[in-house]
Amino acid sequence: MSRIADTFRALKQRGEVALVPFLMAGDPDLETTRQLLLAAADAGADLIEVGVPFSDPTADGPVIQRAGVRALAHGTSLRQILELIAELRRGGLTTPIVLFGYYNPYFHYGPARLAIDAQQAGVDGLLVVDLPPEEADELWQPARAAGLDVIFLLAPTSDRTRIRAVLGKASGFVYFVSMTGVTGSRAIDPTDVAELVGALRTQCRLPIGVGFGISTPEQAAAVAGYADAVVVGSAITRLIESEIGNPGLVRSVGAFMRVLKEATRAPAGGPRHAAGAR
Amino acid sequence: MPALLELDAAYRALRRERAFRRELRDHLREYAGRETPLYLARRLSEQLGGAKIYLKREDLCHTGAHKINNTIGQGLLARRMGKPRIIAETGAGQHGVATATVTALLGMTCEVFMGAEDVQRQSLNVFRMKLLGATVHSVSSGTATLKDAVNEALRDWVTNVRDTYYLVGSTMGPHPYPMMVRDFQSVIGLEARKQIRAREGRLPDLLVACVGGGSNAMGLFHPFLGDPDVAMVGVEAAGEGLESGRHAASISGGRVGVLHGKKTYVLQNELGQISPAHSISAGLDYPGVGPEHAYLHASGRARYVGVTDAEAMEALQKLTATEGIIPALESSHAIAYACHVAPTMRRDQIILVNLSGRGDKDMNTVAQYLGVSL
Repeated sequence: MSRIADTFRALKQRGEVALVPFLMAGDPDLETTRQLLLAAADAGADLIEVGVPFSDPTADGPVIQRAGVRALAHGTSLRQILELIAELRRGGLTTPIVLFGYYNPYFHYGPARLAIDAQQAGVDGLLVVDLPPEEADELWQPARAAGLDVIFLLAPTSDRTRIRAVLGKASGFVYFVSMTGVTGSRAIDPTDVAELVGALRTQCRLPIGVGFGISTPEQAAAVAGYADAVVVGSAITRLIESEIGNPGLVRSVGAFMRVLKEATRAPAGGPRHAAGAR
Repeated sequence: MPALLELDAAYRALRRERAFRRELRDHLREYAGRETPLYLARRLSEQLGGAKIYLKREDLCHTGAHKINNTIGQGLLARRMGKPRIIAETGAGQHGVATATVTALLGMTCEVFMGAEDVQRQSLNVFRMKLLGATVHSVSSGTATLKDAVNEALRDWVTNVRDTYYLVGSTMGPHPYPMMVRDFQSVIGLEARKQIRAREGRLPDLLVACVGGGSNAMGLFHPFLGDPDVAMVGVEAAGEGLESGRHAASISGGRVGVLHGKKTYVLQNELGQISPAHSISAGLDYPGVGPEHAYLHASGRARYVGVTDAEAMEALQKLTATEGIIPALESSHAIAYACHVAPTMRRDQIILVNLSGRGDKDMNTVAQYLGVSL
């Protein structure tokens, strides 16, 4: 069983929902990222999405675009990111880590080599925004063979046929994009999303993470009322951006993640033990 | 993906429909001004002293370039799909103008994404788009050129997918766009084939077209793919020279990669980050190329070469002086290669060049290059 699956099982037993912070690797530099990853674990993050910067991030809004520009400005590479994760694993970090990125840097690295190197570095899963399941085999096969989970996105526009196709390849959890749009574009309407996630549950046995547009602890708590994981990206990235140059950056971001985790520890509608029957 | 699957299904159904084909044909004839002439450039051919050069006059299409062939096709498709809002990316502004033209014609709303750098060098086209009723968004993210305009259009599309049709301007983007754009542009090659046969009683020896995303070249090449004796050369923008690193020649100077939903030759660094493209012609300033061109290159069916800014500029002046035709800077790349190769061919051989657009839009750039202030 993968570390991601184990994490979700343990959370369910505790009646908690996962908090999944997104951190762009190399924003503003890799040393800060190292400290932020430790701070995330310390704040109680259940799984961490580590962003792999790409020059043309078509699914991202301006906040994460700017983070990518900052990371690329000093040449942050996939290899450096894997080295950083390996170093943190040697230091005892056990929080599951998913790489969140675009295909071209992976393609260039070599999908088969990446699967092996990522697994050895201590990465638990890969999420490739611009790689639909029907085109994913050259990465999916070696990744699964290496024991990595491959996480796919589902959108509100995905119909039952599409959902079935995606679930055929998905492992770890599925990432439900809470709206049609790019990361961080606007606040979501929790009731709409709750309905869509409820419909998805009838087809999906994997845990469901919800992201894109969740920026406050209140929203996180609301989403935790129906999702298994709450992903917060742009709000954290915006805070990092505003704190660049401030020696208290890691502390402020850590404090924000802690508040977000509190929100998913006590999801709206009470603890999730009752949901154990599903 | 659901939006692409929907589009693919709609297009496949529609292209078999007789009524749609008639509607498209009528619009191309009565609105775009097809068919365009196939013109024998006598003075140019004689001066070069080799093969006969024919020009397929796409510059005479409504709006001044081949782009209208595709925007009419996709505009009609969007209307059939019930999508009232059209978005498009544009480099030189030709595709933006052609899109805004068609949305004015069909009574749809239009928003065009254009790199901030291109907004500046193509201010006349920006004004034309606005006059046609389009909203023009200046994109300053990334390198502020065509690829960033594509990124921004994609972001808009995923956000407003339910009522919005993304009208892609070249043989790029995810399937079905490259196929669809090729089909709509194939009218160029189909006409040229018929015209050269009527005129010369045979097919040309060589086809030449410029390649940015690759739509005019694919439109010319595709109907000739089954003719083994017809050679094909796609001319990429070599900018300041392939060795300078400042160019837009994805096939000659790039490597295989994945960008904007397609696997093809891409300009990129050793880490797979996309490199900025450079060309004096905004319409070729894209760091990727249509995947079918990548295929034709890999299979050896077509050959791809580079022509520099300086060579294109020289060709523009040469064609203007010898034939009284001012070509677009994009098309001047194809003219430059034809001028280069014609003298090495026999006088009974035929080169067919796609003159994909007219040069009026480039007068500021040309004047600046020649050191003339307007």
